[in-house]
Amino acid sequence: MSAASRRIFPGFNLSVGYTLVYLSLIVLIPLAAIGFKAGTLGWETFWEVVTTPQVMASYRLTFGASLLAGAINAVFGLMLAWVLVRYNFFGKRFIDAMVDLPFALPTAVTGIALTALYSQNGWVGQYLEPLGIKVAFTRLGILVALVFIGLPFVVRTVQPILEDMEIELEEAAASLGANRWQTFRYVVMPILLPAVLTGFALAFARAVGEYGSVIFIAGNIPMVSEITPLLIITKLEQYDYAGATAIAAVMLVISLLMLLSINGLQAWTAKRTGRGR
Amino acid sequence: MKSFSKLLSFLLAIALSGGAIAQNSLLNVSYDVSRELYKDINPAFVDAWKAKSGETLIIKQSHGGSSKQAGAIIAGLQADVITMNQAPDIDILAERGGLVKKDWRKAFPFDASPYSSVSIFLVRKGNPKGIKDWDDLTRQGLQVIVPNPKLTGNGRYTYLAAYGYAMQKYKSDAQATDFVAKLFANVPVLDGGGRGATTTFSQRGIGDVLVTFENEAHLIEQEVGAGKFDVIYPSITIEAPAPVAVVETVTAKRGTRKQAQAYLDFLFSNAGQEIIAKHHLRPRNPAIFKKYAKQFPKVKTFTVESQLGGWAKAHKQHFADGGVYDQIVRKR
Repeated sequence: MSAASRRIFPGFNLSVGYTLVYLSLIVLIPLAAIGFKAGTLGWETFWEVVTTPQVMASYRLTFGASLLAGAINAVFGLMLAWVLVRYNFFGKRFIDAMVDLPFALPTAVTGIALTALYSQNGWVGQYLEPLGIKVAFTRLGILVALVFIGLPFVVRTVQPILEDMEIELEEAAASLGANRWQTFRYVVMPILLPAVLTGFALAFARAVGEYGSVIFIAGNIPMVSEITPLLIITKLEQYDYAGATAIAAVMLVISLLMLLSINGLQAWTAKRTGRGR
Repeated sequence: MKSFSKLLSFLLAIALSGGAIAQNSLLNVSYDVSRELYKDINPAFVDAWKAKSGETLIIKQSHGGSSKQAGAIIAGLQADVITMNQAPDIDILAERGGLVKKDWRKAFPFDASPYSSVSIFLVRKGNPKGIKDWDDLTRQGLQVIVPNPKLTGNGRYTYLAAYGYAMQKYKSDAQATDFVAKLFANVPVLDGGGRGATTTFSQRGIGDVLVTFENEAHLIEQEVGAGKFDVIYPSITIEAPAPVAVVETVTAKRGTRKQAQAYLDFLFSNAGQEIIAKHHLRPRNPAIFKKYAKQFPKVKTFTVESQLGGWAKAHKQHFADGGVYDQIVRKR
């Protein structure tokens, strides 16, 4: 846009300058440091470090479990948000507050609590064990932890949209002869989908970076239940800082690509439903 | 504005008082499970030092995974002394930036290790699986709890103990590799710390046997209650000395060289060795060892130096990326 056109804020230069400096200090410089440190390895060593079978297995686990956890949270988070916005019942405020709990809890506490619950002698685990379902110290345990920590994201992104959505829209759809499914599919979902996708992306991103809670419940068996952040820590423990940052750089690139494509998807759905600008 | 200047002067006061305390304090950076020991050592040393020099010292402690702790010192943590459970974590300080002397092993008696421990087995009461020796841990269907050898000294010693045992028995690297591969195929959970493995075994009820240090086994009996577990001594095991060193650069800067030296000397003194023995760590002083001999059953031992060619070689062969450990876990 042209320089003097509609600016709401005075001091445009100041605010943009501030934004850039702040972003650089907090985000860009540390990220650049990862690139530099990983760069010390040389391309061939770098490639070797980031593609060993053990590391490859951990990418599959970390990104696979995170996507799955994000998807589960998208479905159940939407449901939870719906219930919290549309219905009134006893204890609603309490449940609403509880949704934020995974944010507030230190991740180590989460991990230890979940492990204690789901291990073979835990409150929940002892009933699952006879059914042949093992949660703690398996991949399933990782998924449980990731679903737990990602829960608030979808709920909190969908909730305000739902609150703004006029119930008359659904009534109008019904009066025009739409059945419940059609109302949901063609009226409600298009409005909510961008928010659900945002929540999904946030939950996914959080799950990819999660270390504290997963480490207690994972079992950490190489090739089976080792998440990528654990391999980074393992490298650090061996004073292999370059190797650790190499894996970190790969995670960064994959995460960035995935977030970009989710953002693209979100923009596409927004445009398709006529809400894009 | 008034409250701001108040805040400023408050912060200044904190900073200054911090500087004043720094003159007579020591920071001991140690590994994860030495908390209980130093909780007893520190007050005893402070009293002894006060009687000798009239100075009141404050000893601060920092505990964590041993390699992480060493890494923190390299990154600038102002440690006056470092007390570890494996030599490589002190060697790295000599290698990177000369934080400790190259020949730190000669600075104190017994290769600068005031005590050692041995790797033993902890099994469920009555030893239902009949576990007697390292061979039993490779039996199919048995579950063995060991902390992650890539992350913990405890796990590394366990791995090396099994490997050393197999080397003595088979005299062949290939067969020894096969032996540890079988053993680690029996490990259902690789915890990131020695204490984590203890919790998995004793609280979560997972596994038939926990391989850990002798003193940790006694701690479990104290914490979880005696009579739930049995301690089994294998026919031969690894001796794990716990080395200590003065961090030269930090003590020179802070002027605490003398106090740091005295602190570590205290660990080798009779009083220090007594406290060590009470914590079920094997003291070096023969007289004190004899006094507490009942706690320390005789067991044949080897060390990383005697059986595995020293830490540098063992690390390169087994734990470095692509080493034997990586190979055996990738195969499973």
